Amino acid sequence: MLQQAFNGLVGGAFYALLALGLAVIFGMLGVVNFAHGAFYMLGAFGSYVLLDSFGVNFWAALVLVPLLLGLAGTVLERLFIRRLAPLDPLYNFLFTFGLALILQDLVKREYGVQSQPYPRPGLLSGTVDLGLFGYPAYQVFVLAVSVVVCAAVWVVLTRTRVGMIVRAATERPDLTRALGIDVGRWVTPVFGFGIALAGLAGVLAAPMRAVNPLMGADLIITVFAVVVIGGLGSIFGSVAAGFAIGLVSALGNLYVPALSQTLVFILMAAVLLWRPAGLFGREEALS
Amino acid sequence: MPATDSGPILSVTGLSAWYGEAQVLREVSIEVGQGEIVTLVGRNGAGKTTLLRCLMGLQGRYSGGIAFLGSDIVRLPAHRRARMGLGYVPDDRGVYSTLTVEENLTLPPAAGPDPWPLARVYETFPRLKERRSFPGTKLSGGEQQMLALARVLRMGARLLLCDEPTEGLSPLIVGQIGDILREVKRQGTTVLLIEQNVHFAATVADRHYLLAEGRVVESLRNDEMREREHELLDYLGI
Repeated sequence: MLQQAFNGLVGGAFYALLALGLAVIFGMLGVVNFAHGAFYMLGAFGSYVLLDSFGVNFWAALVLVPLLLGLAGTVLERLFIRRLAPLDPLYNFLFTFGLALILQDLVKREYGVQSQPYPRPGLLSGTVDLGLFGYPAYQVFVLAVSVVVCAAVWVVLTRTRVGMIVRAATERPDLTRALGIDVGRWVTPVFGFGIALAGLAGVLAAPMRAVNPLMGADLIITVFAVVVIGGLGSIFGSVAAGFAIGLVSALGNLYVPALSQTLVFILMAAVLLWRPAGLFGREEALS
Repeated sequence: MPATDSGPILSVTGLSAWYGEAQVLREVSIEVGQGEIVTLVGRNGAGKTTLLRCLMGLQGRYSGGIAFLGSDIVRLPAHRRARMGLGYVPDDRGVYSTLTVEENLTLPPAAGPDPWPLARVYETFPRLKERRSFPGTKLSGGEQQMLALARVLRMGARLLLCDEPTEGLSPLIVGQIGDILREVKRQGTTVLLIEQNVHFAATVADRHYLLAEGRVVESLRNDEMREREHELLDYLGI
């Protein structure tokens, strides 16, 4: 059971990274990025292609892929998202949703739907003795990276001026502009950063999960549930909910296997009945 | 008489504004002299808040002229206007719940010749110092209003745009706000104030504009306002 709990935390590590990116993007731009899963998939494929065609190893991909995807995200924001932002939010829903389908099918056309192999980095191929049980070193690494990245983002958000501006712009964009902050200038890097986090999660997923064009679409539905449970716009909530949902669904898998696919959504419904704004959401954020 | 030495610091000409199809401001023209405290008085829905939003660059659709410090600012985005020295105190006080009291104070960049150092802010508002690490919205209503005022003073704003700072506050706090506005005036800062409390307005302001249905219907000096206070109270239905 402890081992299953640990599996859950590792799964939660992915939810947390993806939900964190979604939350900062939603907070700052008011855009629900349906393409988030596609960028996660591109992260995994990016590291696969880099290794397969260019011989770039996992460690380099871990830095390179998020960087490139983050840059692609900033271009996307500048060219499309920014222009659609003043219109009805539906336009950006449709745009990011369409983009996800396009990216998915482009990859599908090139590589088919079968999974591509990606070896574990040699350094992390063994197991780690966690006291009560041995555990694959790679999974421990994934969990550690996710925790460190989430903690680092938290420190930046709560302790730096940039973080203060992001928090202020997330809570009251208009007021923040009226207090002399050029909110628009921060929107592009925040979007790029959110995309880079999705890419990072993808790179981390490549050696332990099936690398295929649909991997993002499968995962992102759960991540949306995670963000809603944590509270839309609450950055802390989405990370906490990410790890918690990973844990709960892994344990659910163990005790009630029949519910494994639906448990998250049952939880979401229950949380929404109890707290309509999510666990850490602010009620007024709804209005 | 108002302390106007040079030209007006703010001059609004023929300002009209709409929410969708509904026109809420009709050809409003007002002037505010350097160092004056001027109030906008009128019933709810008269267009006072919309006027401030236009000045700040937050109103979607409007036309007309706005000159601040002698230059046309109609095309400037909100953050550029703030950096020129417009200090906005919105009607809901605009205190951030995700920022501490001190972060609320230090968020805006300095935007004028005379930004208050944090030490002076805390000397003037000791309560904010005590609660500097609390989330902004954990303060009482009066304290939040002080915070919103202190924030634009720390910016060093040249012209404060205050949207009903006394609304819903106890007479004691209203008195304190009056003291602060008078001190602000002494240091040469200009204030454009929305106020439904005619009695309070008459204790701080030099001049008043009376707004009704999106128009300026009267412009009064403070002595005229005092003479007609009861008539105006009836008119406002307060």
